[in-house]
Amino acid sequence: MSNRHEGQEARPARRSDGLLLIPVKAVMQVIDVPLRAWQRLAGLTGMASFFLLPNMAVFAIFVLVPFVINFVYSVTGGTEIFLDQRFYVGAAQYRDIFDCRSYLDPSTCVEDGFWVSTRNTALFVVVQVALMILVALVTALVLNREIAGRSFWRAVFFFPVLLSPVVVGLIWRWILQRQGLLNLVLYELFGFEPYSWLTDRNAAFAAAVGVTIWARVGFFALILLAGLQAIPKELYEAAEMDGTRRTRVFFRITLPLLMPNLLVVLVLGLIRSVQVFDEAYVLTGGGPGTSTMYLTQYIYEKGFASDLRDPGLAAAASILMGAVLVVLTLVQMAASRRNEKKGER
Amino acid sequence: MSRITLEKVCKSFGALGVLHDIDLDIRDGEFVVFVGPSGCGKSTLLRQIAGLDRPTSGEIHIDGKLVNTVPAADRGLAMVFQSYALYPHMSVRQNLAFGLENARMPRAEIDKRIAEAARMLEIGDYLERRPGQLSGGQRQRVAIGRAIVRNPTAFLLDEPLSNLDAELRISMRAELSALHDRLRTTMIYVTHDQIEAMTLASRIVVLRKGRVEQVGTPLDLYNRPANRFVAGFIGAPSMNFVKGTVVEAGDTATSVSLMGLSVAVPRPAAGVAPGQAVSVGLRPQHISLAGDGGDGVPVEVTLVEALGSETVIHGRTGGGERLQAVLAGQHALRAGESVRLAFAPADLHLFDDAGLRLA
Amino acid sequence: MGNVLRFLTRRRGGDRWHWTDVVTWVWLIGGLLVMFGPAVWLVLSSFKTPAALAAFPPTLMPYVIEEAIVAGYDRPLPLYEVRQADGRTVVLAEVRRIGIVAQMVDPRAPETIVKVNIADRQPVEKVSFATSNYTEPFVHFDFLRYLWNSVFVTVMATAVTLLINSMAAFALAKYKFRGQSLILIVIVGTLMVPLGVIMVPLYSMISALGLFNSLWGVIWPTVATPTGVFLLRQYMLTIPDELIDAARMDKASEWQIYWRIVLPLATPALAVLAIFSVVWRWNDFLWPLIVLSQSQLYTLQVGLNVYAGQLNVQWHYILAMTVVTMIPVVLVFVFLQRFIARGIATSGLK
Repeated sequence: MSNRHEGQEARPARRSDGLLLIPVKAVMQVIDVPLRAWQRLAGLTGMASFFLLPNMAVFAIFVLVPFVINFVYSVTGGTEIFLDQRFYVGAAQYRDIFDCRSYLDPSTCVEDGFWVSTRNTALFVVVQVALMILVALVTALVLNREIAGRSFWRAVFFFPVLLSPVVVGLIWRWILQRQGLLNLVLYELFGFEPYSWLTDRNAAFAAAVGVTIWARVGFFALILLAGLQAIPKELYEAAEMDGTRRTRVFFRITLPLLMPNLLVVLVLGLIRSVQVFDEAYVLTGGGPGTSTMYLTQYIYEKGFASDLRDPGLAAAASILMGAVLVVLTLVQMAASRRNEKKGER
Repeated sequence: MSRITLEKVCKSFGALGVLHDIDLDIRDGEFVVFVGPSGCGKSTLLRQIAGLDRPTSGEIHIDGKLVNTVPAADRGLAMVFQSYALYPHMSVRQNLAFGLENARMPRAEIDKRIAEAARMLEIGDYLERRPGQLSGGQRQRVAIGRAIVRNPTAFLLDEPLSNLDAELRISMRAELSALHDRLRTTMIYVTHDQIEAMTLASRIVVLRKGRVEQVGTPLDLYNRPANRFVAGFIGAPSMNFVKGTVVEAGDTATSVSLMGLSVAVPRPAAGVAPGQAVSVGLRPQHISLAGDGGDGVPVEVTLVEALGSETVIHGRTGGGERLQAVLAGQHALRAGESVRLAFAPADLHLFDDAGLRLA
Repeated sequence: MGNVLRFLTRRRGGDRWHWTDVVTWVWLIGGLLVMFGPAVWLVLSSFKTPAALAAFPPTLMPYVIEEAIVAGYDRPLPLYEVRQADGRTVVLAEVRRIGIVAQMVDPRAPETIVKVNIADRQPVEKVSFATSNYTEPFVHFDFLRYLWNSVFVTVMATAVTLLINSMAAFALAKYKFRGQSLILIVIVGTLMVPLGVIMVPLYSMISALGLFNSLWGVIWPTVATPTGVFLLRQYMLTIPDELIDAARMDKASEWQIYWRIVLPLATPALAVLAIFSVVWRWNDFLWPLIVLSQSQLYTLQVGLNVYAGQLNVQWHYILAMTVVTMIPVVLVFVFLQRFIARGIATSGLK
């Protein structure tokens, strides 16, 4: 018997378990009657379809079908949301998006909003992911040491991961505002005059990067920590016997063996970073100006919020973003498959 | 009444054939053991009978009724699994009751049957415990109990003792035997252990590579193996095989030359001609030390295993043939020594090049 | 005490402090401040009055100016410590302020008005928690409604997720049928189809089904989580097939096998999924923002954002409601942290 279930076996059996579940049991018993009939009729394969049906139906209606008709949207025009009220425009949406005199300068583009948000997103992704992996790696290394109260410290860094993006955004909006904690600290320590950080283009960008790192780093640190703990202790002991210096141990043992996990962290970080929206939106609303306007917000506003809404353009933009994500996902699947193979060896 | 007959049962998973044309007739009350090396298809065969799998072709009858399409639950059989497959989240009592509740049996009858099985198997003390809190032997009893309360027309047991330690296995073997004597219900038992098969079975079915090699009582199989495979599989240590040549094929005896001797096996071998090469089988237990001056095969001893009650010697003949012999009692022999070994001609088995029994 | 200190500062191997030991403790203490500090600051701020929130430099604890009822004045007057010309300080109550001069009275002698330069006085303060920040939004605004909507969405979505995901996982783990691997590939392949990519067509789908401005419009698109199916399937694969065979021999129907054998044995995985589902659905923001346009349907996250986005932000209410929104997640964190950490480490789930 698989020992994963041993824990369950060890619990003493209680007959009172049943008392609470009586209504559930009754319902299940009633459902069983037609299902037994269906089983007689359709056999085991029929039952498999029955078990799959609810999930796959919901999945098809709310994920697969939208995924497919997104392409249809991207070749239609108009401001109406229902397809039957929209008209075919061919590749015009994509042509509009790519209609630029210079791709380096968004103001020369017809759809400057798309390019501004794309440029913002690209910059954000590069800076945020690089910094976050660095912070996550250091955190994981620190947590992997023999420190007193390790689970407490792990919890410290993990805590913000569960907070909602709205809460995260509001907490930091409150801290970064004029009468906020940051200004208090700077004032008390260095005598800085209070400053409205979120109205400064560069500071707002830094804030978006910093806040998303704050909110997510614990998650990635945990993955890296798991990777670190999977490295056999004997390797370190062998290195110690050989008198290897610590920095050398880190670069020749720890880092190479952690590479698969770092790759997973990198790709997952990229995937999430490309879609950045909630925290930044609550924190800055995309401002000041359009300095923290990212792709998802652009798609959202094009599709729903702006006065000149254009679902077709939003769909085309979302497909372009989706293409990036698909590539990243493929890389991730390839990476994790390679990891699995390594594990088998 | 439960007579189980199989006609030309085949099973394949995709292109891989696992069972080939199995014909079997299991009579009511028999204790039949399927034995064979791992991968021979014995467990698959049991699953076809249980109804957990459907044969690719062929027919399975229970009491004369074709049951190919009858689901496992409705065949009236009970199964004991190798891992016991006790529901880990249920108490022993709930484990025993589960199948009966599914059959909509009245509560009073369920309780009665559980009490009876608990008494029979001495598991009454831990009816309220969960399987995880039981020892291996206790779990084994519960697994058997779960089959007994169903009052099945036949028991199917899939290597039920293989997870127990050696001592417990022997005592459980005896109990199973006693249980069968008492219940007189058909039992089909799968094992890879030929000793288990010999001690338990009223009839043994030897399987290899999805085919039935021989069906018979334990002593039939031991005394008259139908082919080299069965001869080698049944009995431990396994039978010695040496090359031989037919000298003369008579009506009452067959003369064979082997290991430099000429021996007359006191049985006729149909269809052999003088000069034909044969494989000659000889059980290690049928070999003894030759007395002074007596006939015997000179053998160089390569290994001596002194077991106390008996001594197993491994040796090599002048012709390079390897022999094992089990000698009763203790012998002061050492590797490197030369001894002469003797045997009775009647104990020889002759097989042709295809491995089939000649005499 | 010495033992405690030695325990807390014990280092790997040798006796000397290595530079990595210093980095470790700087990182840990810094992490403690940076990770917990903002949340603590939020909670402390949420108990401040609007006046205290607007002050700079802000105080750590919520202070209010003490007030006194002075004869001859029908409302309580704020108290100040005033430094007098002779260097003594007295406590006076402020009647009114004109420019940099405050007209003040001694509470014990309310007849004479003293004129004081405002640079010469300090307010008399006491710690006071403005709990009205918490009670008023529930009474005057729709926050109770939002809270209910959030709870409804979270509970329903989690229940449906657990049911349909576990059924699908059971089929994928314990049956063999044609197209099985195709379904698995589709599921794994769409693990990463994010909302951002399909929000336009999904919105039209929801509208077409009449689920726009309905809480179920928020729930349905989230419940068929490929992650959940995948997690549960991986766990169910570890349940021995023999158990299921045994149940079949025991005349159990497939449905019974599902809910009496497989579900109870998959409890640990179901618990992990339930925790994650609760956190996900409680925190969802973008999709509810799109689907819910009527104020009485807002979830807490959407409601908070709307109030925080108003021109005149009422921070004292926003902060208090942010704390309320945070509470369930903090509870989950405190009690189930270990569970979650294991879930992430083993499955990369988030």
